Amino acid sequence: MSKNLFSQTEALIFDKSRPGHKAYFLPESSIEKLDKKKIIPSHLIRKIEADLPEVSEIDVVRHFTHLSSKNFGVDTGFYPLGSCTMKYNPKLNENTARLPGFSWLHPYQPVETVQGALQLMYLLQISLAEILGMGKVTLQPAAGAHGELAGIKIIKAYHDSRGDTKRNKIIIPDAAHGTNPATATMAGYQAVEIKSTPEGDVDLDALRAAVGEDTAGLMLTNPSTLGLFERNITEVTKIVHEAGGLIYYDGANLNAIMGITRPGDMGFDVVHVNLHKTFSTPHGGGGPGAGPVGVKEFLAKFLPIPTVEYIAEKDIYVFNYDVPESIGRMKSFYGNFPVIVRAYTYIRALGADGLKKSSQYAVLNANYLKKLVEKHLHVEAPERFCMHEFICTPKNIYDTGVHTLDIAKRLIDYGYHPPTIYFPLIVEEAMMIEPTETEGIETLQEFAEVIGAIVNECKSDPEMVKSAPHTTYVKRVDEVKAAREPNLRYRRPIAE
Amino acid sequence: MNYIPVTELEKEAMLKEIGINSIEELFREIPDDLKIKNELKIPKGLSEYETRKALIKLAKKNTDMNELANFMGAGAYNHYVPTLVDHLLSRSEFYTAYTPYQPEISQGTLQNIYEFQTIVCELFGMDVSNASVYDGATAVAEAMIMACDKKKNEIVISKGLHKEYRETVETYANGLGITVKYAELEEGITPLEAFEAQATDATAAYVVMYPNFYGCIEDIQKIAVAAHARKALLIVSISDLSAMGILEAPGNLGADIVVGDGMPFAGPLSFSGPSIGLIATTTKLSRKLPGRICGMTEDREGKRAFVLTMQAREQHIRRDKASSNICSNQALYALANNITLSTLGKYGLKEMAENTLTNAHYCKDKLLKIDGVEMLYEQPFYSEFAVKLPIPARVLQKHLLKYDILGPVDLGRFDKDMANVGLFFVSEIRSKDDMDRLAFAMEVIINEQKFI
Repeated sequence: MSKNLFSQTEALIFDKSRPGHKAYFLPESSIEKLDKKKIIPSHLIRKIEADLPEVSEIDVVRHFTHLSSKNFGVDTGFYPLGSCTMKYNPKLNENTARLPGFSWLHPYQPVETVQGALQLMYLLQISLAEILGMGKVTLQPAAGAHGELAGIKIIKAYHDSRGDTKRNKIIIPDAAHGTNPATATMAGYQAVEIKSTPEGDVDLDALRAAVGEDTAGLMLTNPSTLGLFERNITEVTKIVHEAGGLIYYDGANLNAIMGITRPGDMGFDVVHVNLHKTFSTPHGGGGPGAGPVGVKEFLAKFLPIPTVEYIAEKDIYVFNYDVPESIGRMKSFYGNFPVIVRAYTYIRALGADGLKKSSQYAVLNANYLKKLVEKHLHVEAPERFCMHEFICTPKNIYDTGVHTLDIAKRLIDYGYHPPTIYFPLIVEEAMMIEPTETEGIETLQEFAEVIGAIVNECKSDPEMVKSAPHTTYVKRVDEVKAAREPNLRYRRPIAE
Repeated sequence: MNYIPVTELEKEAMLKEIGINSIEELFREIPDDLKIKNELKIPKGLSEYETRKALIKLAKKNTDMNELANFMGAGAYNHYVPTLVDHLLSRSEFYTAYTPYQPEISQGTLQNIYEFQTIVCELFGMDVSNASVYDGATAVAEAMIMACDKKKNEIVISKGLHKEYRETVETYANGLGITVKYAELEEGITPLEAFEAQATDATAAYVVMYPNFYGCIEDIQKIAVAAHARKALLIVSISDLSAMGILEAPGNLGADIVVGDGMPFAGPLSFSGPSIGLIATTTKLSRKLPGRICGMTEDREGKRAFVLTMQAREQHIRRDKASSNICSNQALYALANNITLSTLGKYGLKEMAENTLTNAHYCKDKLLKIDGVEMLYEQPFYSEFAVKLPIPARVLQKHLLKYDILGPVDLGRFDKDMANVGLFFVSEIRSKDDMDRLAFAMEVIINEQKFI
């Protein structure tokens, strides 16, 4: 049997269980053990233990180390996943988040004993407010979509506070992330989709036709999901404001504009940012992230509770729960604090100059790569400069019968994580490439050369590309079977 | 400092390839009046060494609970987390990956989620779990959304549910047209009549915490029967997850949706940092689950493989008709939960829970010997109990810090009428000496305060 870890299936931890094995040693107590039957009513006592594995420490360590080897992260290789900003996650941030003074804190410790944590939160709030051009920031939302929900609820609270209850629609361009319409629904609004221009800009005529007395607001990503700056942004915000609506900024693409322009100056009223994108905190395989929300001063009174405040005369940082018009609470406690520590560390290390330079080089890398990729594939809006990402498609090689999915899978064979594919929905066969500023010129050149090589393969051996990846242990998976015959958990076979 | 690997010379070559002379030209589509004229008002960057120093300085302003004997719980429960958890979480193939959209190169994350889903189902006695949501509070909110529809749009929540969870649920309900009603407690638990008094034909679910916020163990079996008689669901929210080592699984007592927070098994409490919402349900309700779900399938060669599945429920497909707007999950903490619970295993979790029960009751007996200290509610409890104090809990808390003791949670922060009630949490890691010291210090402090 092969011992190559990369070419074998890793058994489930449950299958590694052997009676009597253990990996834990709890403190021994000198207190006589209590008879649980004397305390807990018998029908509420557990009869059968949860079927957790019985394994030794070395088994656990090897199991998860093997699993990690079956994963691809930013540290493994180039990860140009558009809209996700897979930049390098600095190791320094991992260390600061683990400092005992940050990691060993109970959320209800007296505030005098957590002044450093509160000060850090406060400093991150004012730093983000400055970067965004906003009045006040909350760090509570746990993710981008969670921030969206908080933000749209703030828009609703604003209209309600004015007795303006007829506004029941949120306008969302069809190029938007799926979370935008889902958020509008969750906040109790009807999502109204408007068409974008072929380049992904807001269609001003469509917007003018859509706004009215029932418009609560507009949700917009700028740079757009096509990676282009919305040139008419001032006009867009004017149209919505004149109709009485507010404007929400989806901060997914903030990495293009730090220190260059600000959502607040463009006319946005509410903004969420993804600390796990722009501010370099790791994505963790899907989370935890953090989705702080910034608002203009006139909306500050609607922010979720608690807010973090600094009382200058006492020189003390506090949580403020007394926010009568607040939208309420978005989650328990205060947000994903270790993510907050990492993001603050990043901002402190880079400073105003480093943040601006990061955005500049993110845009430089994207435009450079776009130039190189353009030699092999069709790129959208070739005559315009893109921002931090760009879209390409295999339009020029459709006759080979190869699709975007196939090219994405073939990239895996060359050691890359594929770009975001089939998004935005308004571009057929879209591949969205975001290199970020933390990649070097050689990586970009090699990637473009590989794209060229794959295009050649599409012409010479399309079937090979269509069946990629070939070098991974697990090949293309049967998603239909997964959905039709859901197997969502392990069950131990009944002993014979 | 920055993390940009491109040199000045390389930059020039790149600009040349693009056909421009300066980076600024790339931003020409941004109207001039929108461009920032001066630098952002953020301090200049630091070197790595200086940044670390600055962060250490901030961290030092906090009192690290590791140096104290902690008796605070109330939603953030401090149990033993094995050392290997952080080591394995620190494998950057795990933490620098995104959501596993490309299964061929994400089997590590995916297999972990599958194992995690199994563990959650085992703990709760349920059929199906998802890959996790943000935290325990939002898990209750998502469960509420699962339970409600156009006709059944009311829920009745026990007042024994953590106040911050109730507030979160209200935020979510507001806007969805869901009415939230409350069942009052009596002697620390929720009598059936309290639920029944609020129930109508539109009641979609009863919600109860197990053990509840005050530590009391609710009889969820009785509540399940009552809920089902009304054609409503029972949503059970687990407070201290380790209780699943000793208390009957809610799934075996009639619960339809079970939620909890995996924070105790994710790592140091980090000011509530490693929250992770667990949510599991029955096969019947599985298509209503929000968020990511991982399934086992095969690759085209017939080998076992994992993949995100049942995505037709989700926002990136259904957009405004999705069951939730949630996009992420707390994958890294799902990994931590999987590692911790695999390390503890079947008997470790049981031993943890039994030691916790023993310690908590020893501690209670000790504290009740102090003059003027009495139980708030006389109910069976697991790891937490509320006591009436002759002095404000806030004052006690402050003075206990001088004895290197953290706690209890001051219930006055949730309810003005409970300023003299302290909520004590005791786990398997508290030594007899810690508890004896607590009792000694409390007695001294209470006596001192009497004479002020």
